Amino acid sequence: MKTKTIKKKDIASFLDTLLTRYEVFAPVERDERVVFEAIGAGSEATLDYQNTTMPPKGILFPQTEQLFSYRSTKDTADIAVPSFKEKPQLIFGIRPCDARSFLLFDHAFDGDPYYINRRGNTLLVSIGCTHPQAPCFCTSVGGGPFSEEGSDLLLIETGDQYLIQIVTDRGAQLLEESGFKDAGKDALTLAQKMIKTAEASMGAGIEIDGLKEKLDSSFENPIWQELTEKCLGCGVCTYLCPTCHCFDMVDEAEGSTGERIRIWDSCQFPLFTLQASGVNPRPTVKERFRQRIMHKFSYMIESYNQIGCVGCGRCITECPVNLDIRQVVHTISKLEALS
Amino acid sequence: MPDNPYLPYPVRIQQIITETEDRNLKTFKLGFLNKDDEEQFKYIPGQFCELSMAGKGEIPIGIASSPTEKGFLLFTVNKTGVATKYLHNMDEGGIIGVRGPLGNWFPWKEMEGKNVLVIGGGFAFTTLRSSIVYMLHPENRNRFRDITLVYGARSPGLLLYRKELAEWEKRNDIHVHITVDATDDPDWPYNVGFVPAVTEQKIKTSENSYALVCGPPIMIKFTQPVLEKVGFEPERIIMSLEMRMKCGIGICGRCNIGDKYVCKDGPVFSLAQLNELPKEY
Repeated sequence: MKTKTIKKKDIASFLDTLLTRYEVFAPVERDERVVFEAIGAGSEATLDYQNTTMPPKGILFPQTEQLFSYRSTKDTADIAVPSFKEKPQLIFGIRPCDARSFLLFDHAFDGDPYYINRRGNTLLVSIGCTHPQAPCFCTSVGGGPFSEEGSDLLLIETGDQYLIQIVTDRGAQLLEESGFKDAGKDALTLAQKMIKTAEASMGAGIEIDGLKEKLDSSFENPIWQELTEKCLGCGVCTYLCPTCHCFDMVDEAEGSTGERIRIWDSCQFPLFTLQASGVNPRPTVKERFRQRIMHKFSYMIESYNQIGCVGCGRCITECPVNLDIRQVVHTISKLEALS
Repeated sequence: MPDNPYLPYPVRIQQIITETEDRNLKTFKLGFLNKDDEEQFKYIPGQFCELSMAGKGEIPIGIASSPTEKGFLLFTVNKTGVATKYLHNMDEGGIIGVRGPLGNWFPWKEMEGKNVLVIGGGFAFTTLRSSIVYMLHPENRNRFRDITLVYGARSPGLLLYRKELAEWEKRNDIHVHITVDATDDPDWPYNVGFVPAVTEQKIKTSENSYALVCGPPIMIKFTQPVLEKVGFEPERIIMSLEMRMKCGIGICGRCNIGDKYVCKDGPVFSLAQLNELPKEY
């Protein structure tokens, strides 16, 4: 693999160069949180963060998005689709877990022109996690603090500089004419050390082996009632989840003109599945919480051969009642088979 | 489907037929505004569409017409919520949208050369109407052997497509058993009794047969053992499911049963397939 190095102090000017060709999204500080935003200058980006509260999924799958607008009269119905943004974009400083999440989105949004166009137009420059946090468990779901899956470039912190791993051709093109030096042996050795230390610092996470089979056979197990008793059904876990992709479609109209928009939705809400007849196949928190776990650790494996969780830990950090997905999964995996 | 699967085709309401005496079910006959759209729209009985009402949203509705009927689409809609109520209040000549065709269809290839038993209850008879019209068409009738229909509703006034039922009743290439749960009409010429009971009374063999079953959950629950008793294998009991839907193309995430999306992998499933899925429908 080709590697380069960049001095930390040169990041801002590198971003300024990229800004001439790309719309650049980068982590910035806002109200004591770090969020991904489109930046106007390289100096706006912060590199001093663990991870953002919100995943950057909204850049490819906006929280609200117009699908089309319309104008109807008695005899006509005109539909206009918003034009796709031509300027390529780049997410700088995305964490490896979030970069991997888009590989799942690629399956989920198969056939969706809005996502596909944006995705094809977006490069991902990730920064590996030198200091994984307590809720992080990427290593147990197939990722890692320095996983390059899904990224075009991966940056690894080594003292006062970053080692840049070039993952894709598109990533390599970003560095053309950059003048960055090839990484020397020392930098490579140091990077390996950083990776090892970070990986070793991670907790046990969850046991994936045999989990899907256990979940499939425990669908009717009464343990789900117990496990979900304290869940408020607030849905924050799904909104903050980089792999949750469910949406609602609603019309906003005024007179004969209006627009159809899609909005993030959550399987944790009763209205998500409530039918007009009054039937609701997932009537209580128990079924809805079970759906979230099953979707990630069984259904997505069945459909895409990929675990539907990247181990970012946001649902653990932000849950108002401290429901920990690792403990839920652990309890299920330790169940005796129901006779 | 167009390149952008979220865009509806504009259609005009050619005719509105009130189907039931409670006026809660109306059939909408729709014609495409653009000839190209009509040519692109190829469907197979069992599929559904999202009907799109500007400002009100979309509703997933089974296609009640048959592809052998040219120049229009039929949808029979129960008045239940905001969008259906709006549609019910529209006039002939009004414009709405149609997005589709969506989902899979009844197993027509597998059913060739077989007897087909159609069992319907209440207003879950729309794609079954499509299927019967399709099978009875001169081009298709020879592809199937005996066709038998058991169709019931709570009362005579709640049966859909009554004129057509009467016509089918007169034909000799389909056996028709119409029934109502109860009636105070002393001259009611057909059966009285629940669909499962009438099925048990009329259907004596499953030999070389498929059963298409659509109806309220209670009807399906009690019809299933009747079919199993005469030997229908789960692979040959075919059902169409309903679920809350939005996108209709397996992306928005709400209509799943296990790893299957009803909108994309269904709405048609065999009992054998359903037996493999979690009981969450």
